[in-house]
Amino acid sequence: MADATPVRVVLAKLGLDGHDRGLKVVARMLRDGGMEVIYLGLRQTTSSIIDAVEQEDADVVGISMLNAGHLTLGPLMVDALADAGLDVPVVIGGIVPDEDLPTLAAAGVAGVLGPGSPAADVVACVRAAVAGRGR
Amino acid sequence: MANPNSRPDPDSGPGFRTLSGIPVDSVYGDGPLPGEFPYTRGVHAEMYRSRLWTMRMFAGFGTAGDTNARFHELLRAGGTGLSTAFDMPTLMGRDSDHSWALGEVGRAGVAVDTVEDMVDLFAGIDLGAVSTSMTINGPAPILLAMYVAVAEEAGVERARLSGTLQNDILKEYQAQKEYVFPPRPSVRLVTDVIRFTTAEMPRWNPVSISGYHIREAGSTAAHELAFTLANGFAYVEAAMAAGLAVDDFAPRLSFFFNSHNDFFEEVGKFRAARRIWARWMRDRYGATDERSLKLRFHTQTAGVSLTAQQPEVNIARVALQAMAGVMGGTQSLHTDSHDEALALPSEEAARIALRTQQVIAHETGVANVADPLGGSHYVEWMTDEMERRATDVFVHLEDLGGGSILEGVYAGIESGWFAGEIADAAYRYEREVNAGERIVVGVNAFTEGNDAERAKLLRIGQDTEDLQLKRLAGVKQARDDRAVADSLRRIVADAGNPTTNLMPALMDSVRVRTTVGEIVEALEGVFGTYVEQAVI
Repeated sequence: MADATPVRVVLAKLGLDGHDRGLKVVARMLRDGGMEVIYLGLRQTTSSIIDAVEQEDADVVGISMLNAGHLTLGPLMVDALADAGLDVPVVIGGIVPDEDLPTLAAAGVAGVLGPGSPAADVVACVRAAVAGRGR
Repeated sequence: MANPNSRPDPDSGPGFRTLSGIPVDSVYGDGPLPGEFPYTRGVHAEMYRSRLWTMRMFAGFGTAGDTNARFHELLRAGGTGLSTAFDMPTLMGRDSDHSWALGEVGRAGVAVDTVEDMVDLFAGIDLGAVSTSMTINGPAPILLAMYVAVAEEAGVERARLSGTLQNDILKEYQAQKEYVFPPRPSVRLVTDVIRFTTAEMPRWNPVSISGYHIREAGSTAAHELAFTLANGFAYVEAAMAAGLAVDDFAPRLSFFFNSHNDFFEEVGKFRAARRIWARWMRDRYGATDERSLKLRFHTQTAGVSLTAQQPEVNIARVALQAMAGVMGGTQSLHTDSHDEALALPSEEAARIALRTQQVIAHETGVANVADPLGGSHYVEWMTDEMERRATDVFVHLEDLGGGSILEGVYAGIESGWFAGEIADAAYRYEREVNAGERIVVGVNAFTEGNDAERAKLLRIGQDTEDLQLKRLAGVKQARDDRAVADSLRRIVADAGNPTTNLMPALMDSVRVRTTVGEIVEALEGVFGTYVEQAVI
C-alpha cells in the first residue's frame, strides 16, 4: 500500500473524562507523522464518533481514556463500529494495566498506547492498526 | 506515646536541634522575615515549628462505603485531614444511571448521587473534629449542601465545619475540562458559595484556587503560577462586584499548587506566589486585614511525572517533590502513590506515600527552620524570575479584559488562549523527551528492570456500578417525589434571579434526596451547557 493518501484518524475522548493532554499530544504526533487528524475533543459518544468516521471517511479511530473505563468503553466502541458496518480499527490511549491487554485484544481493540509512548511508537501503532484492517 | 505530630516545646526538653544535637533558631537571615509582608518567606513566623503541615491524602473510589473504609485507614495511619475524590459522573454532575456514566461509576473516584451516599462516605467520622477537602467544581455548591446536610443530621452545626471546597471553575475551562455550565453563571455559583460560607461557615475555605490541574495539563511552572493567581484575582473581582467587602471573604481563599521535578523552580514558584498575592491584594484590591494578604496553599506532587515504567522509582520522585513543597512553605500536602501511572492507588502504595511525608516531617529536620532556602542567590533569583514571568501574563490579561483581570480571564477562555498555551508547552516537553534531550529515568534511559513483576493494582469492578445503580433506585423509590419537584422549581426560580443566593434552595433540595444530576439538569435549563472549541 502506497502512502500517497495519508491515513485519516479520528481522535476523541469517549465518555466524561476531561483529561485531554495526552490526546492533544498524540494529535500533534500523528500530524507530524504525516497523518490527517480529525480531532473531536471532549465528551464524545460512540454515535458521534461513528458520524465523524462516516463523514470524514476515516481509516482509524483513536480514543483516549484515563478514567479506568476502558474495559467497558473500548469493546463498546469496537462493537458500535462493526454494527455500523464500518471496518475501522480502534486504538486506545491512556492508562490501561498490562493485565487488561489480552481482554482488549480479544474484544477487537487493535492497539493500546500507554503514558509516555514515544512519537515513533504512536505513529507505528496507528499504521499497524490500519494495515491490519479486514483481517 | 503522645501524638507524634505535636511539636517539641522549645522551652523544655530537647527543643529544636539537629540530629547531632546542635540547637537551631527558627529562622536565619534579615527581614522581611517569615510572617512579615510580603510573606515571600512564609505566612507564619514559626512555620512548621508551631504546627506541621496537614498531611491530607486524596482518596476516593468505588461506592461511598469503599471510600469510607479508606478514610478510616488513612486516619489510623496518621493522616490529619481528609480529601475526597469523586468519580467522573459526579464531577460532571451526572447521576450513576445517566447514559454517559456507563463504565465510569466509581472508577476514578467515589460515586455520589444523593445525600445518602454522603452519609455513608463520612460514617463514623466526627465532622466537627476533622477537616475535609472536596475536589469538585461544576456541581460544587450541591456537594457542599450535601456535606452540610450530613453534618447537621449528625448534630454538628455548619459553623463548626472545617474544610475546603475546590469550587475553582475557571481552571476547568483552561485545563481540567470538568465544567458543566458556561463561565459567567458558573462564576456566579462560585460567588454564591463565597457569600454563603462567609456568612455561615467561618472555618470553611469556599474556593481552592488551583494551579495543580493547569500544570498537569502541561503548562510551565510560570504559567501555573500566573494563571492560578489571575484566577484568584478574578474571583476577588467577582465577589467584590457581588457586593462583598474584600476583607470579609479574602482570608478564606486558599490555593492549591503542583510540586514538580525541578526542585528550585518549584520553591521559587511558591515563594513568588505569596509575594505577588500579598502585594496585589493590598495595593490593587485594598485589603487591609493581614489574613487577606497571606496566600495559604495545599500542594500535591506531580501525578504527570509518575512513570508506568519501574513505578517504584516514583517513590523517590514523590519524596523530592514533597520536599520542594515543604521548603516552599506549604500548609498541607498530598503525596502521590507510586502506582498512580497504572491505576488508582492501592492501600499499600497510599501508605508509603503518607510515610514519605512523615519521614520529611520527623526525620530530615527541614521542619525546624522557616524558609531554610531563603537567601540562596539562586532561589532568590528564581523567585524574582517567576514573579517577572507571571507579571507578563497579568499585563496580557488586563489588555484582553480592558483593565479587568476577570474579563481578561473570560476572554482568554473563550479564545482558547489558555488551552493553547498549555497544549504548546505539553507538546514541547513531549518532543524533548522523545528526542532524548530530557532524560526521564526508566522511560528514555536506564530502562533495565522495566519488565519486573509488579505489585497488585487496585481494580474497581462492574459490581460497583451495579451496586450504586441499585442504591440510587432505592433512594428514588423511597423519597417524596412531590417535595423533590417543588425543590427543583425553587432552584430554577432562584437561578433565574442573579442576586438570589442559590445555596438555601440547594440545601433544601438535597435534604429531600434530590440527586446531583437532577439539580444540575434543572440549572442547565437556566444557565445552559458549555461546549468548548477544541484547540490542538
